[in-house]
Amino acid sequence: MSASDLAAIWLTLELASLTTALLLVIGTPVAWWLARTRSRLKGPIGAVVALPLVLPPTVLGFYLLVTMGPHGLVGKFTAAMGLGTLPFTFAGLVVGSVFYSMPFVVQPLQNAFEAIGERPLEVAATLRAGPWDTFFTVVLPLARPGFVTASILGFAHTVGEFGVVLMLGGNIPGKTRTVSVQIFDHVEAMEYAQAHWLAGGMVVFSFFVLLALYSGRRFKAGPG
Amino acid sequence: MKPSLSRLIAVLGASLLACAAHAAEVQIAVAANFTAPIKDIAAEFEKDTGHKVVAAFGPTGGLYTQIKNGAPFEVFFSADDTTPAKLETEGDAVAGSRFTYAIGKLVLWSATAGYVDDKGEVLKKNAFRHLSIGNPKTAPYGLAATQVLDKLGLADAVKPKLVEGTNITQAHQFVATGNAELGFVALSQVYKDGRITGGSAWIVPDNLYEPIRQDAVILARGKGNPAAAALVEYLKGPKAAAVIKAYGYDL
Repeated sequence: MSASDLAAIWLTLELASLTTALLLVIGTPVAWWLARTRSRLKGPIGAVVALPLVLPPTVLGFYLLVTMGPHGLVGKFTAAMGLGTLPFTFAGLVVGSVFYSMPFVVQPLQNAFEAIGERPLEVAATLRAGPWDTFFTVVLPLARPGFVTASILGFAHTVGEFGVVLMLGGNIPGKTRTVSVQIFDHVEAMEYAQAHWLAGGMVVFSFFVLLALYSGRRFKAGPG
Repeated sequence: MKPSLSRLIAVLGASLLACAAHAAEVQIAVAANFTAPIKDIAAEFEKDTGHKVVAAFGPTGGLYTQIKNGAPFEVFFSADDTTPAKLETEGDAVAGSRFTYAIGKLVLWSATAGYVDDKGEVLKKNAFRHLSIGNPKTAPYGLAATQVLDKLGLADAVKPKLVEGTNITQAHQFVATGNAELGFVALSQVYKDGRITGGSAWIVPDNLYEPIRQDAVILARGKGNPAAAALVEYLKGPKAAAVIKAYGYDL
């Protein structure tokens, strides 16, 4: 395995870790709201969160390229803030990945929150627990399997990302060239042996991630 | 003199029969940069010969992989001259059928009017943030771009500003969306009917890079298909040449 392969693997792991961490922060309140709300906006917001499940990544990547570019709304904003534009940067890939992996984090969390039901919250309220207290001492422990699933799926899905990176990245070694793009490069250059190493590695990785996930299902949610 | 109706019908009938007897279908694989010209050429070819062309488009490396894995293509229009040669030595192409159908030209292009001067001085000023090129490892135009930068002695200076498209189409896209101020693209992408279609450009002189020869070859599956042979002959003819030149290729 060459230095550029290793650089791509490292970059991919960084991207997936950062994206997963951000998604847990952003996704938890979104999932909580979706699980509890009676608002009419529940349907539309849920649908927007789930869009990346059905949209081809190239569509997502293309619109991000245009809106985050110098003529796009987001691009003009980031440029005015002195941040420059996001395509061709690691930060740009993080933004793209957050959108791309959003449903893989929000949906397991939403399911976990919904499964808790009203009762534990009511009990906590009668014991005079405030909303934050309830969330951290009752909801979080009960929803732990949901958080585990969300983290694993969010991480793994970002590792497997291709279309968004391809559209936004610019293929810059150590900055935007992830494993999937590196594999694509190898195949295009007819370097099949190198492609096999990386592609095979991805298959093994994906298998063990899913194995961990499905074996992990045996663990039940417990109070703390 | 007025031709009789029966004679007209007879002539029409005979030519229809002739077509039916000879008309065949040919499946071709075409490098993405030649998409537009081959569509025009194929339409003319179908009209002139009655044969039918079914075309698939993609990156040269990707098409090669498909051919090696049994894709039903009969003629291959590559973006380089090495891939068809490789297929020939590997026995996947008809020996001796290889020929150069177009020579690609490189252009330094910006979507902004007036940004690129007609001598390429903008490169030396180095005031841009991103310079888009095709991946030099896989895209012939990307390789040519690095040759130009080497010759001009700018390779090190612009290195941190390079963004690579996986192919020349994507390199063009980065410039077209304004994310890269300028980039090296195929002249055929920004050229129609003898002039640059938009933005500003410097057509890079031929002596700054190796010629980008685009070769075609009849594949093993196309051996004996009259439509495949006819299409290859047609590509060498004056009608095709006119189209190819109009799109900014050399011959």
